[in-house]
Amino acid sequence: MIQLVSFYIFASIVIASAAMVIFARNPVHSVLWLIVAFFNAAGLMILIGAEFIAMLLVIVYVGAVAVLFLFVVMMLDIDFAELRAGFVKNVPLGLLLAVVLAAELVLGVGAYQAGAVTLGTPEAGAATVSAAVPNIEAIGGLLYSKYVFMFETAGLILLVAMVGAIVLTHRKSHGTRGQSISSQVQRRPEDATRNVNQPVGQGIEL
Amino acid sequence: MTSFFQTLGMSYEAAWFTATIAGILLIALPLMLAVALIIYAERKLWAAFALRRGPNVVGPFGVLQSFADGLKVFLQETIIPSASNRGLFLIAPIITFTVALMAWAVIPFADGVVLSNINVGLLYILAISSLGVYGVVIAGWASNSKYPFYSAMRAAAQMISYEVSIGFILICIVLWAGTFNVSGIVEGQRGHIFGFINAYAFNPLLFPIAIMFLISSMAETARAPFDLTEAESELVAGYQTEYSSMAFALFWLGEYANVLLMCALNAILFWGGYLPPVDWAPLYAVPGIIWFFVKILLMFFVFAWVKATVPRYRYDQLMRLGWKVFLPISLFWVFLVSGYLMFTGHFA
Repeated sequence: MIQLVSFYIFASIVIASAAMVIFARNPVHSVLWLIVAFFNAAGLMILIGAEFIAMLLVIVYVGAVAVLFLFVVMMLDIDFAELRAGFVKNVPLGLLLAVVLAAELVLGVGAYQAGAVTLGTPEAGAATVSAAVPNIEAIGGLLYSKYVFMFETAGLILLVAMVGAIVLTHRKSHGTRGQSISSQVQRRPEDATRNVNQPVGQGIEL
Repeated sequence: MTSFFQTLGMSYEAAWFTATIAGILLIALPLMLAVALIIYAERKLWAAFALRRGPNVVGPFGVLQSFADGLKVFLQETIIPSASNRGLFLIAPIITFTVALMAWAVIPFADGVVLSNINVGLLYILAISSLGVYGVVIAGWASNSKYPFYSAMRAAAQMISYEVSIGFILICIVLWAGTFNVSGIVEGQRGHIFGFINAYAFNPLLFPIAIMFLISSMAETARAPFDLTEAESELVAGYQTEYSSMAFALFWLGEYANVLLMCALNAILFWGGYLPPVDWAPLYAVPGIIWFFVKILLMFFVFAWVKATVPRYRYDQLMRLGWKVFLPISLFWVFLVSGYLMFTGHFA
């Protein structure tokens, strides 16, 4: 009962907020609706017992990716008139995309219901994980044994992407004055200040 | 508690539901009281550090000062700037406050006394604490004002930076404890050193990251010396500048609930949580919740001590500390701890 109620709550919020991502006029609102959608999708994951995936979804997407989205979108100088000006021009393309996506959905669901595809066959000897094993352990066991090459490859691809981003943005800047932390840390009071016992009426030599 | 409600003749689901609601209230309401008292305690501590008296008028020794302040802000008018984004402006403090309460769901107060004993407890805490930034960012943006906006930018960058190293530090602890379950981590510390001392912090390999976690948790809660989001000398009051009355009070309560949470996390991860300091039978006569509270209060004393004595960091220093010092060290420490555990056959 509680599962059912919470499923409908989560699912309807996901769909509603996903729609609001598109319909919101303000891009910042769109990102915030996206965050709501992510968060409730994590709730759905918990309902099917994938608590690790749910937590990862919140940590990675809500906690990091969406913050960066928000960071960028908040700094945009938005001209609403200009945003709407491109609408008519892009309508045909958008409609085409929508039709293609809808057709693919119909095709996919139809094929699945017709029984033409089977979604993955368990290999011989692949033991199903019992519900007693925490799924963080189950995933870890698979990831570091059977799929270790895939996993390492994914890591390498991310590393390449990171190196690429650094190479693209890291260039020697001219005319800026950086902080030299070590010289700041090594600076002692004696280097900058001087105690004097000056007689009254005489100035200090600097 | 579910079984107690079941004896009253409820079905399992109804009993579970009632028990959970009761549990939430049992955590949230005392937490509010604790926040009020901890604000008083902190003001007294700062006063002592600065050789002042601190609040001493309302109630005996000024204990009721926080309640008087609460009543005052409650009676004030909520001013919403006309240029602000009204809905988000009001939602922001609610987010901060709610998120600050949510993470307490997985904190074990004593052996088995925990609202939700989930397998991924530590990840849950990490996930929820990463939500905390939204309250600040939304507040800063919705205020439609210069300084709150700067503050929001700083908050976003700061919290992301320190979450990375906090994640690596937590991984070290998880490696040693072998579980993400928060109660499991506490139990893993039973007799950790020579079978006698109940704390990871006395492990020479884990002590450096205990210190790093303490510093990172100050940065994560945007406390002094890392309170750049509300640096009054640069940003008026940061993201709170446009806020008044209850909206402001919610930020305030949320901030202190977060600080208490971080103190609790420090106590749980490194100082043995609800276990007594040493594994000696007579000490178990004292209930675990008392040990836990004592540890939280000691951590809070450290937080207040730092806030009273350490000057504020510069923004570039903050970023440097996060990315160039803590990140490499904590990454190296994951390597070191896992290597040590592998070498000594901890998992065999």
